Amino acid sequence: MKRKTLRLYLVLISLGLLGTATALVLNAFDRELVFFFSPSEIAAEQPAPGRIIRLGGLVETGSVTKLGDGATFSFRITDLKASTSIAYRGVLPDLFREGQGVVVQGTFNESGNFVASEVLAKHDENYLPPEVAKALKASGRWQEGAGTAASPAIVPGASSDTGGEGNSP
Amino acid sequence: MIIEIGHFALVLALVLALAQATLPLIGAQRGIRAWMALAKPAALGQFAFLLIAYGALIHAFVVADFSVLVVYQHAHSQTPLIYKIAAAWGQHEGSLLLWVLILSFFGALVAFFGDNLPPRLKARALAVQAMIGSAFILFALFTSNPFARLSPAPLEGQELNPLLQDPGLAFHPPMLYIGYVGFSMAFSFAVAALIEGKIDAAWARWVRPWTLLSWVCLTGGIALGARWAYYELGWGGWWFWDPVENASFMPWLMGTALLHSAIVVEKRDALKAWTLLLAILTFGFSLLGTFLVRSGVITSVHAFAQDPARGLFILGILALALGGSLTLFAWRAPTLKAGGLFAPVSREGALMLNNLLLATATATVLLGTLYPLALDILGGGSVSVGTPYYTATFVPLAMPLIALAGIGPLLGWKRGDLKGALHRLWLAGGFAIAAMGVALWIDFGKQALAAAGIGLGAWMLAATFTEWAERIRLFRIGLGASLRRAVHLPRAAYGMSLAHAGLAVAIIGITASSAWKSEEVRQMKPNDSLTIGSFSYVLQGVTPARGENYIAERAHFKVMKDGAFYTDLYPERRQYMVQPMPTTEAAIESHLIGDLYAVVGEGDGKGAWTVRIYEEPLVPWIWSGCLLMVLGGIVSLSDRRYRVGAPSRSHVAQALPAAGE
Repeated sequence: MKRKTLRLYLVLISLGLLGTATALVLNAFDRELVFFFSPSEIAAEQPAPGRIIRLGGLVETGSVTKLGDGATFSFRITDLKASTSIAYRGVLPDLFREGQGVVVQGTFNESGNFVASEVLAKHDENYLPPEVAKALKASGRWQEGAGTAASPAIVPGASSDTGGEGNSP
Repeated sequence: MIIEIGHFALVLALVLALAQATLPLIGAQRGIRAWMALAKPAALGQFAFLLIAYGALIHAFVVADFSVLVVYQHAHSQTPLIYKIAAAWGQHEGSLLLWVLILSFFGALVAFFGDNLPPRLKARALAVQAMIGSAFILFALFTSNPFARLSPAPLEGQELNPLLQDPGLAFHPPMLYIGYVGFSMAFSFAVAALIEGKIDAAWARWVRPWTLLSWVCLTGGIALGARWAYYELGWGGWWFWDPVENASFMPWLMGTALLHSAIVVEKRDALKAWTLLLAILTFGFSLLGTFLVRSGVITSVHAFAQDPARGLFILGILALALGGSLTLFAWRAPTLKAGGLFAPVSREGALMLNNLLLATATATVLLGTLYPLALDILGGGSVSVGTPYYTATFVPLAMPLIALAGIGPLLGWKRGDLKGALHRLWLAGGFAIAAMGVALWIDFGKQALAAAGIGLGAWMLAATFTEWAERIRLFRIGLGASLRRAVHLPRAAYGMSLAHAGLAVAIIGITASSAWKSEEVRQMKPNDSLTIGSFSYVLQGVTPARGENYIAERAHFKVMKDGAFYTDLYPERRQYMVQPMPTTEAAIESHLIGDLYAVVGEGDGKGAWTVRIYEEPLVPWIWSGCLLMVLGGIVSLSDRRYRVGAPSRSHVAQALPAAGE
């Protein structure tokens, strides 16, 4: 085997792999990217049912209810301009509470209700997910200077004195 | 006072690092022996001073000295001692100091044990190591000083984030850091080799122990982190393809490639330029990970406080280190002497293909990690890239890699016999097909990908065993003779077999856990029962409990199997006293083919609680697989050829005329 032949093989294999990887990545970007929406964007145009999306904002104060089966929660996510109602079956994360920033992942079903498969609130209590901060800025309700120490400063009426999340009826 | 000593020691370490970064380098260039020799005491001294600095910080945490800012922010007088100590690396400043300490630890190891290295190579490698060290000590001093004081000193501190008060914090970060900071040594050796313009089998032998040690620790660190995320609710399970998880996974993939290509350099004197490039890129990925975690560009539990100045500083270090070394590579690599030739079907060829597959797979992970960032900066909106993306890109690239790992070790060097190798593997192939059949039968062929994963895992396991059996000529010669051969196999061979078997076991675990996990969420009252799989859970009750610095509600489940008592599970819901933040502690019971996993949620105040029960099939296999990989690395590390400080063989010394000063 000559050095040139060896190099040719190498180049061919590398190109083949690179091509395969590019095809896989493009294909995956086309189908598997999960886009982020704010409640205002949902109000303007609802995404197609079945498409997995993320939705973020603040948990609307007083909106958290537990349905009859005891394991399904219903709550509303707001960017203080519009709000979307969410249904979620499962145990809510430790940091989930009213007035707090939250991101949910799931799909709209055929009847136009959002069913969350995951509720992401895995940060400490002062933290606002950046997507949520952005959505709030976009809705014009963000107060600069409130910083990332978020919710109480920007949600009128939502106070942190609920003492944990045990305030659902 | 002790804090000031620590601060002063850090400054002294910087001075030593700066000296070590320059004088030995000039000495090596000009042939000034005394300047080259300076590298050793400087490296040892730098490590000693950093050790003093770190000791001072830990002391401040242990005695809860709230006049120190980071202690005030992350400790409370009631925090248990182990978390006071672990809090020393549970925040940005302290963990950065740990980073620097480990960096200098590797330098000190090479300085101490590297007496058999050619003096020039040693001087240059230690100088490069000290350059990285200086940059990060400067970073610590200017942007993240852990010794900053607070005046007046508060009486009580804030507590360490309750989510971090877990044994995981004590072991996961140090282990992970030793892993990915350790790749700096391979990087330094690579840059030194480029400056010398020479790389040979001896170089590969010197670099291998450091790379292997880093790889072992990184593997262990990632596994510990995955396990922690697995039992911590809301962190997305053992692997979430979170950007920060990827940040540690990419150096692991590249480090794995480096370990394999270094073998080719050592045995066959080929793939030399490529190996140098891999050494540079592996550490490049470590630096990228550091940037991602510490700059605040991504958000996760791992992301430290956000400060743009820090991000810029690390980006600067990253640009200098990668830019400098890659420029050097472009300039010097073409002058490297070409290596040995080999046929495409050969051990070298298989290892080359392994490297290409690993590099391509790393690239897809990199794209998935950076794409949302890039899109966000370019104003393209917020997207997230999750598990489906990686299933569609990483997995198809990893599958041929696993198939290859079964065949490669059976191919000969230089020119391999593919037909012969496949012929010897027919039994392994049959085993794999049988395993695939079982997997298909489990859910009636609904998950073809899972069946393929199980099949590949079984294939790799059986092929690894076959390779070992071939080596000792099992059943071909007498059992006694086989045993004698087994005893005399080099430890590196056992290392490979163990590590490959470990990966195979882990793959089976990963596949099964991803495909066949089941869960049940329900509201339960005492004496209610819930059945999942072959186990039924009876809630006995929920009672208050009390820990050192928290109060909790503790549920008690009696788990029955086939009507007989199996085990008790006690999941908790904790409320820490200082930070008003509840945490959920899952109760997990492992058995051979899976985990029982129970979580208790909030009560409704009327005597019922939301509970969540999982059946996690084969999860213990993931941890056992990782353990086997770590074990394999350690066994290989103990091989006489690589033993740290082992005298080089005489022909190695002869192969290095430049070593004679």
